[in-house]
Amino acid sequence: MRELAYVRATSPDEAVAAVAGDPQARFLGGGTNLVDHLKLGIATPGTLVDVSRLALAEVEGTADGLRVGAGVRNSDLAAHPVVRRDFPVLARSLLAGASGQIRNQATTAGNLLQRTRCVYFQDASTPCNKREPGSGCSAVGGHDRYNAVLGASEACVTVHPSDLAVGLAVLDAEVVVLGPDGERRLPYDELHRLPGHHPEHDTTLAHGELVTAVELRRSPVARRSTYEKVRERASYAFALVSVAAGLELADDGTVSDVRVAWGGVAHKPWRARVVEDALRGEPLEEERVRDVVAEELRDATTTTGTAGKPAMLAGVTARALTRLAAPGPQVEEAGR
Amino acid sequence: MSTAEPITPRAVGAGHARVDGPLKVTGHALYAVEHGSDEGVTDPLTAWVVGAPVARGRVVRVDAAEALAHAGVVAVLDHETAPRLTETGDAELAILQDDRVHFRGQVVALVLAETSEAAREGARLVRVHVAEEAHVADLDEGVDAGEAYAPEQANAGHETDWADGDLEAARGAASVVVDQTYATPHEHNNPMEPHAAAAHWDGERLTLWDSTQGVHPVAGTLAPLLGLDQERVRVRAPYVGGGFGSKGLPHPPEVAAALAALSQPGRWVRLAITRQQVFSLTGYRTQTRSRVRLSAEPDGRLLAVEHDALSQTSRAKEFVEQTATAARMMYAAPARRTTHRVVPLDVAVPSWMRAPGEMPGMFAHEVAMDELAVACGVDPVDLRVRNEPDRDPETGKPWNDRRLVECLQRGAERFGWAGRPAEPRATVDGDWLVGTGVAAATYPTLWNPDNAARIESRAGGRYAVGIGAVDIGTGARTVLRQVAADALGVDVEAVDLALGDTSLPMATVAGGSAGTASWGTAIVQAAQQFRADHGPDPAPGLHTVSTTEGYPDTEGHALHSFGAVFAEVRVDRWTGEPRCTRLHGTYSVGRVVNPVLARSQLHGGLVMGLSAALHEDGVRDPRFGHTVTQDLATYHVAAHADVPPDLSAEWLEESDLLATPFGGRGVGEIGIVGTAAAIANAAWHATGVRVRDLPATPATFVGGVRG
Repeated sequence: MRELAYVRATSPDEAVAAVAGDPQARFLGGGTNLVDHLKLGIATPGTLVDVSRLALAEVEGTADGLRVGAGVRNSDLAAHPVVRRDFPVLARSLLAGASGQIRNQATTAGNLLQRTRCVYFQDASTPCNKREPGSGCSAVGGHDRYNAVLGASEACVTVHPSDLAVGLAVLDAEVVVLGPDGERRLPYDELHRLPGHHPEHDTTLAHGELVTAVELRRSPVARRSTYEKVRERASYAFALVSVAAGLELADDGTVSDVRVAWGGVAHKPWRARVVEDALRGEPLEEERVRDVVAEELRDATTTTGTAGKPAMLAGVTARALTRLAAPGPQVEEAGR
Repeated sequence: MSTAEPITPRAVGAGHARVDGPLKVTGHALYAVEHGSDEGVTDPLTAWVVGAPVARGRVVRVDAAEALAHAGVVAVLDHETAPRLTETGDAELAILQDDRVHFRGQVVALVLAETSEAAREGARLVRVHVAEEAHVADLDEGVDAGEAYAPEQANAGHETDWADGDLEAARGAASVVVDQTYATPHEHNNPMEPHAAAAHWDGERLTLWDSTQGVHPVAGTLAPLLGLDQERVRVRAPYVGGGFGSKGLPHPPEVAAALAALSQPGRWVRLAITRQQVFSLTGYRTQTRSRVRLSAEPDGRLLAVEHDALSQTSRAKEFVEQTATAARMMYAAPARRTTHRVVPLDVAVPSWMRAPGEMPGMFAHEVAMDELAVACGVDPVDLRVRNEPDRDPETGKPWNDRRLVECLQRGAERFGWAGRPAEPRATVDGDWLVGTGVAAATYPTLWNPDNAARIESRAGGRYAVGIGAVDIGTGARTVLRQVAADALGVDVEAVDLALGDTSLPMATVAGGSAGTASWGTAIVQAAQQFRADHGPDPAPGLHTVSTTEGYPDTEGHALHSFGAVFAEVRVDRWTGEPRCTRLHGTYSVGRVVNPVLARSQLHGGLVMGLSAALHEDGVRDPRFGHTVTQDLATYHVAAHADVPPDLSAEWLEESDLLATPFGGRGVGEIGIVGTAAAIANAAWHATGVRVRDLPATPATFVGGVRG
């Protein structure tokens, strides 16, 4: 048996101190990803600092929105009435991921910090720069169907697996982080990073920094938002591509504000700013959406396995925005 | 008595509930490595497999020092220290006997430890030093190297090549030709219970609790490997968590468990492989490529059927998927040509997976038939009816009871086929392009001789019935009791059935859709012999054992089951995502012994066919040589949400006394046959995109959904 120490932290400060002071220590949230890694032998922490019982599991109203505790379970967040009303993209992205059992266990921060499902990352017998820096990237020239098409590097071509992470990318969100030197806040967009030469780092967090909450600001685009996912089976499959979208229409029907983020295309949720800028001030039309998606994808790199992703992105983005633009209440799409 | 007489069905045909259902859903049914001290499995060691890190080469040295230093690790076996096998001719099974590495993941060491945690960590600490050699793990690379060859025969003894009629003349007379290549990927049997065994060697006898589809076949294979008389190998498998063919033949996990036990006399050893190891150590369905050429008259009547099947096997052991065999008997045609070629690669050993041969072969053949229907402007149901043969084209024998046309017509009615638009892309429902498709299904009526059963009278008018058969979740434990009750002329409640133990009379594999037929016939024969021996009112304690020599009339007739599968597929017009929303099969399978359990089998087959159509894809990375989609998150099998809300299976009321004395044939496999083709054909009808490669995924359609 490989022995490891288990510490149940009694306060966030204690948890941070325990991990920050020990390079071999890791936070343990819901454990739905890390425990797999222990079994696969691709994570070998010396100490697990359990943060799942800290008082971080509340969803609280704030002056302009919501504060979601890092330990809120995915199922609870998806079912929260204010989330469903004011931030439907969150509920939908959460429900598009994993299975009911996993969502009951997985936490908000754990979801955002989950690691890639690249088959080579999860197979200790194959090279992977993310798992073992400098060993090489097996996904280049390998099983490529889930690879990135934007923002990849020679060192890593994988994508971020989270649906929630994509959903959050279209909201005005901040991540609250506790470190050894106290609390800091960062715009959500700065949490995840592109791989560059250091794919071993998924995020900009330092070792020992603990996400304690995610704060959301209400907005018209948040309220009129959705998440749609293209997948190879109807549940329990990671996205081939996905789109989170929020829309605000002016009285004349033109787009006054729009947010689009993609999953399944990059090492981080890909905020499609070219698409957003092009659509603002215009009437929303399917063909126009498809054209500006192509614009955003001008620098995309595809391989045999990812050749269909641009067309999927065009289709799913157009579908999501068209549905958001349709008058009447937003209809929950079954099975997506 | 060497032949059973037909029985009068009373319990047979009734929908008795699965007798072991309550035990299973309450967790009281014990699986292979769950047996404990109640069954004498005390203080067991755990064995863990160390797999080869390369696809081809030689093991130079297994450095076990670090592993052995780990607390709880008892021993590490490698090719130099493992017990010797007597027979090493089967390179798949002859593990740890020499330094050759035939494929990545092959068993190169076994770690034995006091706990499973220590065993797993010990396995991680074993250092396997190999001299790696260049390998080939890609079908095209093997073909390009000229390695494709004609095997001596295909799986189950089928002829490699078979032709009939004047092919050139038939081709020349054809006015319509379909000539396409169809591909199916590697598919991996993934029973819920991975392969596992608990083994014990007392110096004289080897005892195994195994997860297998056949206890006698395991004993019969292991005994000569180990140099033992078969009587000294006892195998038990009371409950098995599925197999789908992967537990039909012994595979390395059983040999590993036996070697581990031999190395630790007097000590139980448990071995359960990981889900990842299932993908390399337990067989799988090889990828196939089928070139199908149909030559026809303008009205769709076939003049020639040609099916050239290519697959791959392991250099360690030949397995040839009999992909082209259904083309030999399915439809009438004056000329015919079928071939099998195989490429040996440095890869894991393929084996049986539900309906080997028929499943990939009928995908190819039945999509080709759909293409022919389109080319001729003939309704796909009518096309099949037009090509109905009055005798078996392969053997020239009359059919037992070929009722494919009835299946097609009744299924069409049930499904609502009439009025289907001939053109693709004719139906749009909101965001969905909607289409329907049909395919035929067939499976041979297989039957295994030499099964035996024991009948013993007990007090109070009860009977003990024993046979070594294994219930892998199919419901054998329930249906054999029904057969026995009718054969004895008593109520099912009066029958105590014992299964899954080599101490019971000989039983063949739960495979080939032949289990119920083969074992049931043995039980009928034994019951009838018992009555002949002991009369209708026997004293308690009398018994009869009887062995079957033959039942089905294979000399005079060609015995097959048939079916027709209808599917509705919807493809999202924005994303290309396909979903099967209706799936129906009508089957001719002889008398159904238990409609509840038969429906489960047929539904399971249909869903597994759907899974093959839209999901399953064992992706091998040829650079490494192993399947990289090696867990249930990345190797997609249909999830519950993929199962059509409208799923149904029905069967024709019939009794086939040429097949068995109770009139039934098998139902285990035919449900998967043709299903992928029906779904692929429906997807074409929805989108106009012809599916010739499985699985069909969003990527298949996204380029074509916009028309």
